[in-house]
Amino acid sequence: MVNIEINGKKLQVPQGSMVIEAADSAGMTIPRFCYHRKLSVAANCRMCLVDIEKMPKPVPACATPVTDGMKILTHSAKALDAQKSVMEFLLINHPLDCPICDQGGECELQDIALGFGSDKGRYQEFKRVLRDKDIGPLISTEMTRCIHCTRCIRFGQEIAGVMELGATGRGEHMRIGTYVERAVNSEMSGNVIDLCPVGALTSKPYHYHGRSWENTVIDSIASHDCIGSNIHIEVRRNQVMRVLPRDNDSINECWLSDRDRFSYTALDSDERLTQPMIKQGDDWKVVDWPTALNYAVDGLKAVINKYDAKHLGALVSPSSTLEEMYLLQKLMRGLGCDNIEHRLRQQDFSSDAADSAYPLLGLPVAELENLDAALLIGSCIRKDQPIAAHRLRKAAMRGASIMAINALDYDFNFPLAETLVVSPADMLGSLAAICKVLLETGNGETPAGLSAMLATVEVNDTHRAVAQHLQSAEKTAVLIGTQAMSQNELTDIRALAGFIAESTDASLGYLSEGANAVGAWLAGAVPHQGPAGAAVDNDRTAVLDKHLMACVLLNVEPELDCANASAAHDVVRHAEFVVNMSSYVSENMKASADVLLPIAAFTETSGTFVNGVGDWQSFKGSCVPVAEARPAWKVLRVLGNLSELDGFEYMSSEEVRDELKILCNDIELSTRSPWRCPSLGSRDAGLQRIGHLPMYAVDMLVRRARPLQDTCDAIAAAIYLNSETALRAGVADGEQVQAVQESCSVSLPLVIDESIPDNCVMIPVALEETSALGAAYGAIELRK
Amino acid sequence: MTNEVCFRTLHLDKPWTLENYRSLGGYEVIKKILTEKTPVNDLIEQLKISALRGRGGAGFPTGLKWSFMPRNAEGQKYIICNSDEGEPGTCKDRDILRYNPHQLIEGMMIAGYCIGASKGYNYIRGEFSEPIKHFEAALEEARAEGLLGSNIFGSGFDFDLNAHYGGGAYVCGEETALLESIEGKKGQPRFKPPFPAGFGLYGRPTTINNTETLASVPVILAKGGQWFLDIGKPNNGGTKLFSVSGHVNKPGNFEVPMGIPFAELLEMAGGVRNGHKLKAVIPGGSSTPILPAEIIMQTDMDYDSISKAGSMLGAGSVIVMDETTCMVKVLARLSHFYAEESCGQCTPCREGTGWLAKVMHRIEHGQGREEDLALLDDVAGRIRGRTICALGDAAAMPVQSFIKHYREEFQYHIEHGKCMV
Repeated sequence: MVNIEINGKKLQVPQGSMVIEAADSAGMTIPRFCYHRKLSVAANCRMCLVDIEKMPKPVPACATPVTDGMKILTHSAKALDAQKSVMEFLLINHPLDCPICDQGGECELQDIALGFGSDKGRYQEFKRVLRDKDIGPLISTEMTRCIHCTRCIRFGQEIAGVMELGATGRGEHMRIGTYVERAVNSEMSGNVIDLCPVGALTSKPYHYHGRSWENTVIDSIASHDCIGSNIHIEVRRNQVMRVLPRDNDSINECWLSDRDRFSYTALDSDERLTQPMIKQGDDWKVVDWPTALNYAVDGLKAVINKYDAKHLGALVSPSSTLEEMYLLQKLMRGLGCDNIEHRLRQQDFSSDAADSAYPLLGLPVAELENLDAALLIGSCIRKDQPIAAHRLRKAAMRGASIMAINALDYDFNFPLAETLVVSPADMLGSLAAICKVLLETGNGETPAGLSAMLATVEVNDTHRAVAQHLQSAEKTAVLIGTQAMSQNELTDIRALAGFIAESTDASLGYLSEGANAVGAWLAGAVPHQGPAGAAVDNDRTAVLDKHLMACVLLNVEPELDCANASAAHDVVRHAEFVVNMSSYVSENMKASADVLLPIAAFTETSGTFVNGVGDWQSFKGSCVPVAEARPAWKVLRVLGNLSELDGFEYMSSEEVRDELKILCNDIELSTRSPWRCPSLGSRDAGLQRIGHLPMYAVDMLVRRARPLQDTCDAIAAAIYLNSETALRAGVADGEQVQAVQESCSVSLPLVIDESIPDNCVMIPVALEETSALGAAYGAIELRK
Repeated sequence: MTNEVCFRTLHLDKPWTLENYRSLGGYEVIKKILTEKTPVNDLIEQLKISALRGRGGAGFPTGLKWSFMPRNAEGQKYIICNSDEGEPGTCKDRDILRYNPHQLIEGMMIAGYCIGASKGYNYIRGEFSEPIKHFEAALEEARAEGLLGSNIFGSGFDFDLNAHYGGGAYVCGEETALLESIEGKKGQPRFKPPFPAGFGLYGRPTTINNTETLASVPVILAKGGQWFLDIGKPNNGGTKLFSVSGHVNKPGNFEVPMGIPFAELLEMAGGVRNGHKLKAVIPGGSSTPILPAEIIMQTDMDYDSISKAGSMLGAGSVIVMDETTCMVKVLARLSHFYAEESCGQCTPCREGTGWLAKVMHRIEHGQGREEDLALLDDVAGRIRGRTICALGDAAAMPVQSFIKHYREEFQYHIEHGKCMV
């Protein structure tokens, strides 16, 4: 600590901190534009010039380290003169078009000009004018307003890891833009909107929609990944105007992924379900809530009476709230069945019998950046959990060895120490090879059967390097990614990943699907476990394999949200009675459902998401649900009442949460599963499908967010494979090809992509065009 | 005492060849140093005695600069020669590269030895076609003779040197912008501290010297610091290359002792052209303040004397103007230059230089306003001392000095919309 004095106030600040940090910590404001606490120091705006004793010239507070005894004046005549000079310079070429600028009211230039600008300009020459660039569907540009602080450039280089924006030209002609004319393509690009101190980079979806002072700001939690980014939802006249990040240094810092930021644009989609409806014959009839709810309960009871309760099932989106999941399972179990599932993209449930592992991250989000080595298994972390990827990137930039075993050659924005891109059928083999190295070099216990299983496994240098990095590094983690969760051999992958973690002292974690997978487990939204891990007597058959005669769906589109799209769709279509609780309605829903209950989107309900770390993050509703829609927890409560079940007398969602919280108090959450030796067996040598889940197709809301669908990350439905595989299959680039899985098939254009492993065909899931296909991972045939 | 140091090969036919350089004792100094393992402190001491000061313009004592380098620090260190030579009025380094490239190479080797650098770059202005050819040829010769490479003279000392060509930005002559440029980034100065001696090229300790500075080193060490100092004046040792341009009969580069009276230098350049009268001189390149004839004629050409007269020696780029010169036009041209060459990074320079240039353009074209002079002076004052690098100061200083010395000429221009001369 060093002693300094700012404006006569004595302070003790850490050695090495900058004057601006010292002033900030003491609540003294120094005007600034280019300085940002999460970015490197550029010292280019010169707005923070201050007067320091014994220094002849004013110096930038953002780039001047404190020294013992330093006396700083932020408001002396010298400092003020410098600050006002810079302000004048910044304004001479600025268009001063505040009345038509989206940034008006939340503009740093506007705010600071009020304090340091003059009411009369001396500049009477022509102002600089720049032509705008189209940098994609998310960010609107008005580069004439740019003050060249380079925050956006530094964000790209230092945070997003993509050199998308840069400065070209010199002097007055310097301009910020993309080097080549194209869209900024980053899953975090929206953050430059927040960073830009002026109206040069603003939100395109929010363009001309409102003024910041008209909006009410409500704290909430993002609903699309297991990180649980903290957000502000801004609402005006009961309409969500935009979503902004809320600072939380232990989770998302001040950043937000584009998915979390722009998914709100789907809230006023034409496809919103606004009225309860029941099906009469082939027609849909709008009814009032009591009619719809009674119809739903009667329908379910009729099926129970006709068959039995075991023919009843419920599917719930993993991004539903904890309260919704808890009540839905309570309803289903109250009606007499355990058939409730949130793991919609999972294909392999064989571990359910003995498993109590929770899909936790295994360590705090902030700890990801302190890792020295990490092994990602089946994870496109950059697109699946952008905030977690950012933390890992920080670790990698510090020198950590981040490694990945994936079925696709995903684009990482940081250097990977080792990469294995293998066909899904070979993933287990790769993990086994790493296990073999660890077994040979380590001295831990050998789990039963492992040595025998590894006997024939071949090891290469990459396997050795991966093992070596994990063994030699201090803080390590093995993370099973979202994409791996839908693979056929999930149980075996988990077993081997568990062994790798165990023998290298690494933490084992999951990058789970949706915003609330951990919450779903806690709430008991799995067929083999009740709330807080309560034991249930269930025959362990996957819910969708149970010949369901009645279904309750909560924010699920089976043909898009389930691992085996066509099979899930068939189950729902063939069920005699389907209650569909949804925020949206589609033709498919209308075809399969008997009752459509409009429920509130995540912005319109209170609730709780439990993120990968296990943090219970509750939030209030930001606005009243659209039209007749109601929060799902209320709907489920009434369904419970109408079904004459006990314990459905809740008056608030908090009551629901607190009831579960008490149950969960005593349970210990672990990511470890009991050892069960996998068998490597002979694998199908034929073509394998890789059912990649695109980042902007993960849930109902995102799929309807138009601006996100217009980005490069909205992958086109096609058949992707490498040229050699194409040659063997007798198909060529650009052809329309039939992809066949068991009894289902679709015709799609073929795209040659050399990064796809041999013998594999990548066909994305969760897209309308591919929804008639079968298992996301499994055998597939191509026909002309 | 002319052509004693950097131009000592000039009298020879094809002075740029290794053979010719060797005939004057070339590469003997580095050979002696390497074979005798002369202590670095002794070498730096000689440089300190010689009072060799940075010839790029700032005049920082070279010996002192080298002593700042953490010579024993682990890892790569760099010696960089700044041959960007972009200052309007300067053309001396070009002739060193052209006529005496080996002496520069030897100087860089000695510097590398002194600061512990095994790698050097010579950042050469990209427009220099002939000098680049000569320097590259010299590098080839030196490499072929084993003067560059590993284990030079069997001493265990490794030194490699490469040329890097600038893309035409004036600001890349600023040492940290030069580093950015070598690193392949946009050439714009870094904020200091940290200084290059601690965090330079690729984040490694780096020393950057001007071409003339480095090329002087072998001769200083051959003949002794005291010899060099005695050529010039105390604290202003040695010879200096002056590039005399403008309204003189015989413009050119002149290597003369530091402290030579301006009048004498003017005479060497053949005097003011066609018998015209001297009006003013910019003594050290476009970024130094202008001095009217009556002052400069009484001034000696060394760092301290010119500084006392109210300007700077800079890179020794003497721009001579006779009485036919319109000061408004000169300043308008200079201001345009700085507005074009500002890198655009920091606010006062990016916006201020453009503003100055636009106002000057207006005045020059008969659109001046009464309040313009006060405005120019004030805007220049608002740039000065508030920018990341010295370019802002360089743009501001001519404006203030021109107005100070030639106010009535500017006023006339504003009032009459045309030139006084």
